[in-house]
Amino acid sequence: MSHRVVITGAGTINALGHDVPATLEAMREGRCGIGPLDIRDVDRLAVKIGGQVTDYDELTHFNRQQISLYDRFTQFTLLAARQALGQAGLSFSGDLADRSGVVLGTSGGGLNTQDENYRAVYEEGKNRVHPFIVPKLMNNAATSHVSMEWNLRGPSFTVATACASSNHAMGQAFNMIRSGMAEVMLAGGSESMLCFGGVKAWEGLRVMSKDACRPFSATRNGMVQGEGAGVFVFERLDHAKKRGAEILAEVAGFAMSSDASDIVMPSKQGAARAIAGALRDGGIDRSAVGYINAHGTGTAANDKTECAAVADVFGAQADNLMISSTKSMHGHLIGGTGAVELLACIMALRDGVVAPTIGYEEFDPECALDVVPNAAREAPVEVALSNAFAFGGLNAVLALKRAP
Amino acid sequence: MRDDIADKVIAIIAEQAMLDPSDVTPQSTLEDLGIDSLGLVESIFAIEETFDISVPFNANDPSESDFDISSVSAIIAAVERLVQDQT
Repeated sequence: MSHRVVITGAGTINALGHDVPATLEAMREGRCGIGPLDIRDVDRLAVKIGGQVTDYDELTHFNRQQISLYDRFTQFTLLAARQALGQAGLSFSGDLADRSGVVLGTSGGGLNTQDENYRAVYEEGKNRVHPFIVPKLMNNAATSHVSMEWNLRGPSFTVATACASSNHAMGQAFNMIRSGMAEVMLAGGSESMLCFGGVKAWEGLRVMSKDACRPFSATRNGMVQGEGAGVFVFERLDHAKKRGAEILAEVAGFAMSSDASDIVMPSKQGAARAIAGALRDGGIDRSAVGYINAHGTGTAANDKTECAAVADVFGAQADNLMISSTKSMHGHLIGGTGAVELLACIMALRDGVVAPTIGYEEFDPECALDVVPNAAREAPVEVALSNAFAFGGLNAVLALKRAP
Repeated sequence: MRDDIADKVIAIIAEQAMLDPSDVTPQSTLEDLGIDSLGLVESIFAIEETFDISVPFNANDPSESDFDISSVSAIIAAVERLVQDQT
């Protein structure tokens, strides 16, 4: 039994905007959401920039009781899920509720909550913390709150595969609907690591840029962290059609692979196997792919390895497709990044607008593909891929088609 | 003082390479010693902690960092400069 799966709702909050229209407008305009970090003890950090969600006041969205249970990553998730379900126009009861669930990705979970409370007990010497710290910081908190708020009673869990978490999560949701296990799935991911301890840990690896994220540019000097969430409504095609829902795109293929080689250095072979696998899984011919949303972190290692993997899979066809990294605008949302980046794929398929790689300054012969430098481009796209390659060598690639 | 710095840097590199300090010569490159990118980042961390200095090094572009890692003697010289700048 194999069902077709479509996307009927999308929601987000990230450095480019507090919803999907604002985010897509920023991507079309090639606007940069990366700026000076506004967090406690930023003066003690060597890296002082990030793709932070700005003009955000939790009290406008949640009451005091909710805030005592919702870490920032959970808040972002709930806001994105609310938008996605509002667009899809779905509510859940009876059998549909039992056959619908939530799969979300995150890497750090409630890292802000951990950071604040370690500070309280270690730095401030307190011997008591708030009673809800554990349910607030746990990685599955966001998934559980989405499930509770919208009565989604089917298969639900959280996926943690570092930078590939949300792609892995969306791939699970896709396979569950395709196989008949579920009818509707909320899928995507969220991350909020922009706190002193979170950024300090990343500094240690010495892969962070101090000024900008410039994927594929010869002048690139590292990644920039972002934060936020992206949540989508994945739905069985016949279910969506029967109720006359607007379809944003079709989820057509998915593949995962493991490099089985190094804990931080990426592998061309592992990436290529995931890209080729997603095409095979969706029965998609290489020549149909018009756009790839790259993992494109802006590190020396990722970008050249990713370009080599794409060249490997597509051969001469690699010169005919566009590949861009929107991380240049919203930063690297780690466990939530694939979800926000899927919006760029939807924009390419639905609106025929391909988001640019901004900050591009100089050609790099090791990244010799059409990276859509600095300005968005209008072009019809039939099939789009979204790449995610995580630390630990765990890769996940999704293939989307234009709405049927 | 100068010899002291050299000895300490060599000890750090030797530990990372799992070699005896006597096997680490000033001419050795990190590649010769089998130190990979993670080993390099750990070595720099150990150097920063040992000498209480901040080493300007970006793993994305080691050759463009203001810290020469082309050989053990280059690293020693760079550390000596950083220690001197600090006093």
